[in-house]
Amino acid sequence: MPETSRKSRLSRNRTRSAWLFLAPMLVTLFIVAAWPLGRTIWFSFTDASLDLMADAKWVGIRNYLEYVDWGDGEGQYYGLLADARWWRSVWNTVRFAVISVAFETLFGLVIALVLNQQFRGRGLVRAAVLVPWAIPTIVSAKMWAWMMHDQFGILNDMFLRLGLISHPVAWTASPDTAMIAVLIVDIWKTTPFMALLILAGLQMVPQDIYEAARLDGVPAWRTFRKVTLPLIMPAILVAIVFRALDALRIFDIAYVLTPNTDATRTMSVYARENLFDYDQFAYGSAASTLLFLVIALITITFILATRMDLEGRNT
Amino acid sequence: MTTLKYLMSGIAGAALMATGALAADLTIVHGSVGRDQEILRKQLDQFEAETDHTVTIVSMPESTTDQFGQYRLWLSAQSSDIDVYRLDVIWAPQLASHFIDLTPHVADIVDDFVPAAIESQTVDGKLVALPMFLGAPALYYRADLLEKYGKPVPETWAELTETAQKIMEAERAEGNSDMYGFVFQGAAYEGLTCNAQEWVNSNGGGRIVEIDGSIDINNPKAAEAIDLAASWIGTIAPEGVLNYKEEDARGVFQSGNSVFMRNWNYAYALAAGEDSPVKDVFAVTTLPHGGEGTASAATLGGWHLGVSKYSENQEAAIELVRFLNNYENQKERAIVTSRPPTLNAVYEDPEVAAQQEFIPLWKPVVDNALPRPSAATLRKYNEVSAAFWTAVHKTLSGEGDAAENLATLDAELKRLRGPRW
Repeated sequence: MPETSRKSRLSRNRTRSAWLFLAPMLVTLFIVAAWPLGRTIWFSFTDASLDLMADAKWVGIRNYLEYVDWGDGEGQYYGLLADARWWRSVWNTVRFAVISVAFETLFGLVIALVLNQQFRGRGLVRAAVLVPWAIPTIVSAKMWAWMMHDQFGILNDMFLRLGLISHPVAWTASPDTAMIAVLIVDIWKTTPFMALLILAGLQMVPQDIYEAARLDGVPAWRTFRKVTLPLIMPAILVAIVFRALDALRIFDIAYVLTPNTDATRTMSVYARENLFDYDQFAYGSAASTLLFLVIALITITFILATRMDLEGRNT
Repeated sequence: MTTLKYLMSGIAGAALMATGALAADLTIVHGSVGRDQEILRKQLDQFEAETDHTVTIVSMPESTTDQFGQYRLWLSAQSSDIDVYRLDVIWAPQLASHFIDLTPHVADIVDDFVPAAIESQTVDGKLVALPMFLGAPALYYRADLLEKYGKPVPETWAELTETAQKIMEAERAEGNSDMYGFVFQGAAYEGLTCNAQEWVNSNGGGRIVEIDGSIDINNPKAAEAIDLAASWIGTIAPEGVLNYKEEDARGVFQSGNSVFMRNWNYAYALAAGEDSPVKDVFAVTTLPHGGEGTASAATLGGWHLGVSKYSENQEAAIELVRFLNNYENQKERAIVTSRPPTLNAVYEDPEVAAQQEFIPLWKPVVDNALPRPSAATLRKYNEVSAAFWTAVHKTLSGEGDAAENLATLDAELKRLRGPRW
């Protein structure tokens, strides 16, 4: 009896100190994550404007969906859920995220495999590959904007000289190529990040497995498919989730590189436009809230679909 | 501010209190285009030498739309970081509540200013900003090329289209493959609203929103004007014009690669500058119009100085605003940046006329310039403008014709207005 009571006191003590140590983190998380998120959601149900935030009044779901009867039996739906521009931005964002993450994963994998080999100057190449990732996005977007300029841009100049195009292409201006331009810059910038994460996964693969495969005379391609890929899959999936979370919030490249049109407007650009440019703080908050939900939904679906092992049960 | 700095300024303040002058650290924010930054710094240096104040410049991106977003953020947060804002002519109705009323502080000089400029900055009897310089765009053209091909200066948009096409093709045939006919501001931002309302209004298509708040933009004249503009893309104008702002257009024209350009007054001083390849071969005229029974339209632009209500140095800030807008400084700016001044007298200054013939020539254009509907649409102006430039940009990029997009715009504007603006 006395022993168990002492033990439980010990465990109580431990629990208490665990909470004590966790407290600063929890408080910080509440202040920087939960509180702003909660406030944004609250504003999305009000009529707040940026100048008069204190006077915000509850208006229900009007910012999301509202049926306005014009008095003659006819009417129309208004609100975010009925806004074609919003759904266009959602589509732009999702399409951007899928394409960019797919290419970044593929290129990242290739680069990681190369960097995992022993060769002279490997340290230098590893550092050099990271350069695009190290440049602030706003700087790389501006840099690419000049490279893609239809009159003075180096890209058109090179392609013209090589005979790939017959007349200068307005990469960022034309609605057909604007999204491609954003994709090019994002893939250029973020592939190193993917390569780095996948390289970390590759270095965890024990060398003796490769040795065994080599002794058994397994061809290189099959070794990769049957040994390397399954072993680094968890690392790749985690990298994809990180990147997808980032890609779904894409703002800076689209905003700086291209004109502010339906062709490249993303969810974040849409929310910002309403929050600050227009006098529609509440409506912008509703867009931010939906943005949060869309990202959460996509991420959860992805984690479930790939049966990702988040709790480390199989390791 | 650090404690030490507080202490120091407190001591300095106490010492100066006796003499009545308090040295302040002021901050002024502006979006610099062309030589604005250079000339502002020079004038601020003089201000610092004459008073004991110091002034820091915060410089913003070229796009007025980007500037507005940041200003709104600072002002809504009641930030005291910025004392003096350089405000676009259209912002006064939207931002009035954040600025002090300058009326009592400029009562002695207000009558010297261009009346239309003062009026544009007065909201419910409150003078939000003191006009710094005006803007009324011009058609820049290559006088040498028009002469070479025996073409007159175009008076209508149709003439411009035809002349641009002819000269462009002829020049390209001679080996100048980078030659284009016409460049303007076609990116989806406030600048496109200015360009497009000129096309529409000069074709008899009215205004985006009429002065009394009524909406009649969905009319055949407006559609005709925008459709004509859409026909320029990829023919006389490079396709990239869909992402051009002021400086992109100037870049093309000034490197000698366009016959015509629509741009604001600041471009004149730069295109005529020592290092400009086109300095001796270009000239300016009023923008074209639609034809019989219509008149040229020039959007009223301009930038004006307001003192933030949240400034901790309002006295010094007012002093600065008055200083930057005095005769000498306006004259200097007119000569260096070719921006039309806001003091009537500067237009008659012989020195300005001698060095910048553009300025006196442009007085009638400035006086008759076409304002954007910011007074009629109040806090919704930005949304109205964005809806308008979106409809135009769509037409220019070939997503539907003008009639279609204007019908959508009409419905959008009516929804935005609701029962009243």
